[in-house]
Amino acid sequence: MPETLTAPLKTSTGRLLRTEEMVINMGPQHPSTHGVLRLELVVEGEIVVDVIPHIGYLHRCFEKHAEHMTNYQQVIPYCDRMDYLASMNMDWGYALAVEKLLGLQVPERVEYIRVIMGELQRIASHLIALGTYGLDVGAFTPFLFCFRDREGILDLFETTCGARLLYNYIWVGGVSHDLPPGFVEKAKAFCKYFRPNIKELNDLLTYNEIFIKRTANIGVLPADVAIAYGCSGPMLRGSGVNFDLRRDDPYSIYDRFNWEVQVGKGEMGTVGDCWDRYMVRVREMEQSLNIIEQALEQIPTEGDVQSAVPKKIRPPVGDVYVRSESPRGEIGFYIISDGSTSPYRVKARSPAFVNLSVLPEISKGYMIADMIAIVGSVDIVLGEVDR
Amino acid sequence: MTPQELSEKLKTKFGKAVIEVKINGVLNPYVKVFPAKLKDVAFFLRDDADLQFDYLMCLSGIDYGKGTLGVVYHLFSMSKRHKITVKVEVPVDKPEVPSVTEVWHSANWHEREAYDLVGIVFTGHPDLRRILCPDDYPGHPLRKDFKVPEFYQGMKVPY
Repeated sequence: MPETLTAPLKTSTGRLLRTEEMVINMGPQHPSTHGVLRLELVVEGEIVVDVIPHIGYLHRCFEKHAEHMTNYQQVIPYCDRMDYLASMNMDWGYALAVEKLLGLQVPERVEYIRVIMGELQRIASHLIALGTYGLDVGAFTPFLFCFRDREGILDLFETTCGARLLYNYIWVGGVSHDLPPGFVEKAKAFCKYFRPNIKELNDLLTYNEIFIKRTANIGVLPADVAIAYGCSGPMLRGSGVNFDLRRDDPYSIYDRFNWEVQVGKGEMGTVGDCWDRYMVRVREMEQSLNIIEQALEQIPTEGDVQSAVPKKIRPPVGDVYVRSESPRGEIGFYIISDGSTSPYRVKARSPAFVNLSVLPEISKGYMIADMIAIVGSVDIVLGEVDR
Repeated sequence: MTPQELSEKLKTKFGKAVIEVKINGVLNPYVKVFPAKLKDVAFFLRDDADLQFDYLMCLSGIDYGKGTLGVVYHLFSMSKRHKITVKVEVPVDKPEVPSVTEVWHSANWHEREAYDLVGIVFTGHPDLRRILCPDDYPGHPLRKDFKVPEFYQGMKVPY
């Protein structure tokens, strides 16, 4: 008998399998993993006993690339490609960090443009998260509705900077283009059009009996576990922790707007279940609309958006960690400057990478079909997990 | 708690384990400690009633060049809303830092990443495997002296 058949079976972490247990690979090619994620499931019948996530299939050495650029601005297109569903927020996070290193103040109009773009991007990103989540658990129509509404936002981005997905729009010290004529009116019209659609989504999916049965009381993440694992964004707020970097570690001009942080309340089951995380995203879209509408009212009509863009970026020696709130949570950039024109080291703390690490903790004891609901509720983008 | 009070507190508690405190003139105030004492300091930072650093924002492995590697911990307290940065440095020929996975669970994947890309060995880590690169990848790409290999598993690297 070949030795491989007699050797004890192990998982990749070295855990010995019992006779009843079996290893199943979910992914890397699996529709519900939203990209190339491999989950090594140890199952006993239909029950998930252990989960070992394998990532790195999309690793493109962002940090190595950043060190090898000839100047700081050149890193921004790579930030775009990290979280390709929320490129604006990625660029913004990087720009904030470099501006902090330089001690740079950006013009008023730029701050407003960034807030408007960042919040539009948050809605667009949440729409994908919610639509594909419906798709994961078996509802096809909401997916189409969400993509239809996301088109409106992408059109706005396209009129502004020409790109629909990877914008390279927010630069250190400014933005690449001023708003085109008529943008404010178009954005206002979009807000007016989109607000009733959130109710439509709720009627169609959120309060759907089957959807609630699939997501309530599944993948419960208690608040203390969420904090210990460093979860952020809707993952953290879904667990009932009232914390949002836009309010609690304020950056840009978020203190000028009236809006509320949304937290999970356990309406359909337990606090911190999949439904709560889903619902936090739905409610955040409304809050983002509130912020956008206020910003569109207040935005100064005049101002050069590139007046503060430095000709040459040469920050003093030092290091800085700056974090901001992306749709998925805390995007932090740790940048070390050695006084030259390119960064000595850039570390990106990506929210989905950290959020995904809690997956083994919240999925033990559920069915395999629930795994799909749990992975979907974490809302990962593998481009950002693997960088 | 201000970084000043915090560093005083650490100094009185750990004395010589604190190598350097820098508060003024830097963007993020930091405390540099001996790697051997890191775990005690980490537990103290998390559990002390005045500090309560329960949230590890970021953990970065760094190659400082000149034979020094480093790990930087950015900490935040959810209840007290204050921050501190902790730094350790180790020589490149013995790059061992105690793991803080027990203290903050989020360190688990961050440490695996630092091990993978910079080659820092975290002693006491429950599952120290490569995370982003393939398991058989030669070397640690974020080391400053890393050269992209011409061949990987007999295949020509196309640049």
